[in-house]
Amino acid sequence: MSATTETATAGNGHVGRAIRRKEDPRLITGRASYVDDINLTGQLWAAWVRSPEAHAKVVSIDASAALAREGVRAVFTHEDLDIESTLPMAWAPPGVELKTPDHWVLAKGEVKHVGDPVALVVGDDRYAVVDAAEDVTVEFDPLPVVTDPEAALEDGSPLVHDALGTNKAYEWSLGGGDLDGGFAEADVIVERRVVNHRMAGGAIEPRGVLAEWRADKLTVWSSTQVPHFLRLHLSLLLGISEERVRVIAPEVGGAFGSKLQIYAEEIGCAWASRKLGRPVKWVETRSEGLMVTHHGRDQIDYVKVGAKRDGTITAWHTKIIADLGAYQMLLTPLIPPCSGFVMCGVYKTPAVHTDVIGVHTNKFATDAIRGAGRPEAAHLIEVTIEQLAGELGMDRLELRRKNFIPPFSEPYETAIGVAYDSGNYEGALDKLLEHIDPAEVEGEKAELRDRGIYRGIGFCTYTEICGNAPTRAIGPSGFGLQGGGWESATVRVHATGSVTLYTGTSPHGQGHETGFAQIVADKLGVDPSQVDVIHGDTQTGPFGLDTYGSRSLAVGGEAAARAADKVAAKAKAIIAHQLEADPSDIAVRGDKFTVAGSPDKGMTLAEVSGAAYVPENLPDGMEPGLDETSFYDPENFVFPFGAHACVVDVDPETGNVEIVRYIAVDDCGPAINPMLIDGQVHGGVTHAIGQALFERIHYDEDGQLVTGTFVDYALPSAAEVPSFETDRTETPSPVNSLQVKGVGEAGTIAGSATVTNAVIDALRPLGVDYINMPLSPMRIWEAIQEAKGGPA
Amino acid sequence: MIPAEFDYVVPESLDAALAALREGGEDAKLLAGGHSLLPLMKLRLATPTLLVDLRKVPGLDGIQHNGATTVGAMTRHHAVASDPSLGLAARAAATIADQQVRNRGTIGGSIAHGDPASDMPAVLLAAEGSVTVRGESGERQIAAADLFQDYLTTSLDEGEVLTTVNLPDMTQFGHGYAKFNRRIEDWAMVAVCALVKRAPDGSCEDVRIGLTNMGSTALRATAAEQALRGQPLDAQHIAAAAEQAAEGTEPPADLNASSEYKRHLARVLCRRALEEALGG
Repeated sequence: MSATTETATAGNGHVGRAIRRKEDPRLITGRASYVDDINLTGQLWAAWVRSPEAHAKVVSIDASAALAREGVRAVFTHEDLDIESTLPMAWAPPGVELKTPDHWVLAKGEVKHVGDPVALVVGDDRYAVVDAAEDVTVEFDPLPVVTDPEAALEDGSPLVHDALGTNKAYEWSLGGGDLDGGFAEADVIVERRVVNHRMAGGAIEPRGVLAEWRADKLTVWSSTQVPHFLRLHLSLLLGISEERVRVIAPEVGGAFGSKLQIYAEEIGCAWASRKLGRPVKWVETRSEGLMVTHHGRDQIDYVKVGAKRDGTITAWHTKIIADLGAYQMLLTPLIPPCSGFVMCGVYKTPAVHTDVIGVHTNKFATDAIRGAGRPEAAHLIEVTIEQLAGELGMDRLELRRKNFIPPFSEPYETAIGVAYDSGNYEGALDKLLEHIDPAEVEGEKAELRDRGIYRGIGFCTYTEICGNAPTRAIGPSGFGLQGGGWESATVRVHATGSVTLYTGTSPHGQGHETGFAQIVADKLGVDPSQVDVIHGDTQTGPFGLDTYGSRSLAVGGEAAARAADKVAAKAKAIIAHQLEADPSDIAVRGDKFTVAGSPDKGMTLAEVSGAAYVPENLPDGMEPGLDETSFYDPENFVFPFGAHACVVDVDPETGNVEIVRYIAVDDCGPAINPMLIDGQVHGGVTHAIGQALFERIHYDEDGQLVTGTFVDYALPSAAEVPSFETDRTETPSPVNSLQVKGVGEAGTIAGSATVTNAVIDALRPLGVDYINMPLSPMRIWEAIQEAKGGPA
Repeated sequence: MIPAEFDYVVPESLDAALAALREGGEDAKLLAGGHSLLPLMKLRLATPTLLVDLRKVPGLDGIQHNGATTVGAMTRHHAVASDPSLGLAARAAATIADQQVRNRGTIGGSIAHGDPASDMPAVLLAAEGSVTVRGESGERQIAAADLFQDYLTTSLDEGEVLTTVNLPDMTQFGHGYAKFNRRIEDWAMVAVCALVKRAPDGSCEDVRIGLTNMGSTALRATAAEQALRGQPLDAQHIAAAAEQAAEGTEPPADLNASSEYKRHLARVLCRRALEEALGG
């Protein structure tokens, strides 16, 4: 690990240190407050009557038995809800015909997936409303069901939405270079059908909502990633002027994209609170969570790559069949195209083209889950690269090196026109190989084979796109997102010199309270413990755009740095005035602002804030106070990258996979806090291991959710993941002053291909050269049987 | 995750528990560790109207050795796993779910629940043990072979309480346990337990093989046992016997395991359990 060099942020040396998370004491000791911990006087409870059918007409709803139960206040159906419009979907891509079905808070006439809510029961007691919901009698008239997206595209398939006339929601393409020419000059063409199956977010804390309508104002506590979005949509859907809506995301126990959403339950509870004049609360059960908290992935990717005999890749085409599920939620149709932006991977492929077809099925909606389109891209690219190496008979790492984009520190435009900010892919791979010698693993393979164990090693060299986002690129006239990409921060220095940072991001486990405090502390010459980071309350800071897509540090952190820079500039003006020095000679050195050449001459932040709030002696015309806000809209995305390796042992008799080693080298620019990075990588890779080996949202052909509990939806536990080996390279980003890139999703983006490639490598001697996730023991055993020529 | 309404009593004697069970009628259930029953209730797959909690009934907890071993029904899995003299039962108990579950779950509860995917029923079958049950009309013993009737169904009467699990002296037998699951905390996809007694000439004097999750109840792999009994305990004969492990079974398929795969696993795991039993 090279020492972090002096960067633009370095002031008193807190940036770059592995400071322990300020958040953890309250989390570890159970003193944190989640939605479920918050209760209000007069509070009522909500429960949802959900469809057991995947597709049906709602013939009748009889709530009389439920209403007759003690403590039941109301049962609402679609007809009762005077909500202004359907649930939001935020993508309107210019030049693309996008067919979007209506998605109401409560189903209107028909249900489209198991779990589709048809009635809302509100009553005095958390348990009683669940009992009452069972007493609501709904008569369903089942309709034909389609769950396979490829079948849904065929003529004569049942239609999920008759009104759309088709299950195809849209087609979208992105590409550049001469694809036909590229394939024409290829000596070898490899084609694979890569299935990237559906998975859940699996956050520890389920969703929860508490809505209070009081004195013409609405306050909503929600376990959400996006309190600012939620406030906006509550205002629009319920017709309440925005300034009278407050959303608080209290402690949020993980989300992984699944709480980047405007959910029916949030709107419904807020509506019911206004209707009944009482606070209304709902906390999701785990079974509800797996059913109606949005899923992710679910792509079938047809990959075709052409290469010359020497390994030079000449063309790459991908057709993505994306299963959107029954409805388009906030970002549903926008996620699969996100794969397209990084389809060049880390390679200088001259012609790359991606076609996306979005399809409706009778399953719950897919949307952003950790990585959101980029894990799918990295998976198909990096699995296919190793397939190509096999086809060429070429070393897998040599093939990668042959095609790497050479190191660059200024933007590099790929064939598809995306400008990567900076990269050094060879450097990351070299660093990886300092930790593992592939030749050594080859030796181990032979040794273990005698004991019936098949060892394999897999690699992934990846890049991804994050730091959402430059508004001009993603906004209404660009990619078509109906919103901006900037972030806000306010740095408020108190009279005693302690500091509050209000960030417009909304962390839910990432560690902003620590990392952001380090950034601000360095700018202002204080200790990070004196910088409190406030987030997740729309009433306390400026409008913000919340946390998702590994954007917080590169956009929100930069906004915080810039707000702190403004405070520092004012502080320097005050100090220059009071000490008769030149402001340009003043800088933070240690725990105070001092004048260059005169280390004894200076002021602490507390002294400056004293002067700012007792403004007897400020420069002429300067306003009192020490409180600054910055809104930062980045010029470009940032593109983290890295190189991962995994070693697995496969037991060919049972098909079991054991992960022996997992090594991750990631580059997210100069580290603000290496411990936070490690934590993100550990969690991200665990998610990827989960998808590769264990986790799977599965519906049967009738649209019933088969994996509806954590018994069947198999999240890996500590016993199933190895002790991770992590390292970093640090390539500065030219995009922001901190020179940083995001890292919250990197492990997930890199990991599934790494594990899959390792398993395929282990199985190659058994005649298995390709296998789709999840790499379950049975699937592996069957593949081995098939390769032997026996029954599968 | 929110169970239907139920009543709850905590009797302080076995007689009081039996009376509560009778008064509660057919929808009354006994609560031991609760780690099978409560999840079913939370999913509303079970909706008992009364839970009779056995935690304050004296005399149901603890392990007594007297040649044979008597394990109180309320003995926690952790206690069973921690007593090496219990041999196979301890070996299998140590693999149950995770430490939290082993700290709460009980041997009696697990056996009375009759889940073919649980570890203890096949162990009891292979050991040819029995259970002692008490009803209001008195006490009786049920041999393991007569206990497991069908999926989640045992030959205990509605008004009876399982009080002890009785394990014969198996010190002459070596034991092995081979369990396969996706995650360490999961129920067995398939598990095989083996008890093997060597004759003085080194051949197999006796062998018992129990199968977990290979049917609607725990099973004995009788064909494999017959194939090995009296034979030399070498690799060839062990492998040949193990090939018979799935004979006569029709394990139900699920998402993660087809019937054929489970039968294959039974054969592989049987060989491994036998090898472990023989110290291999």
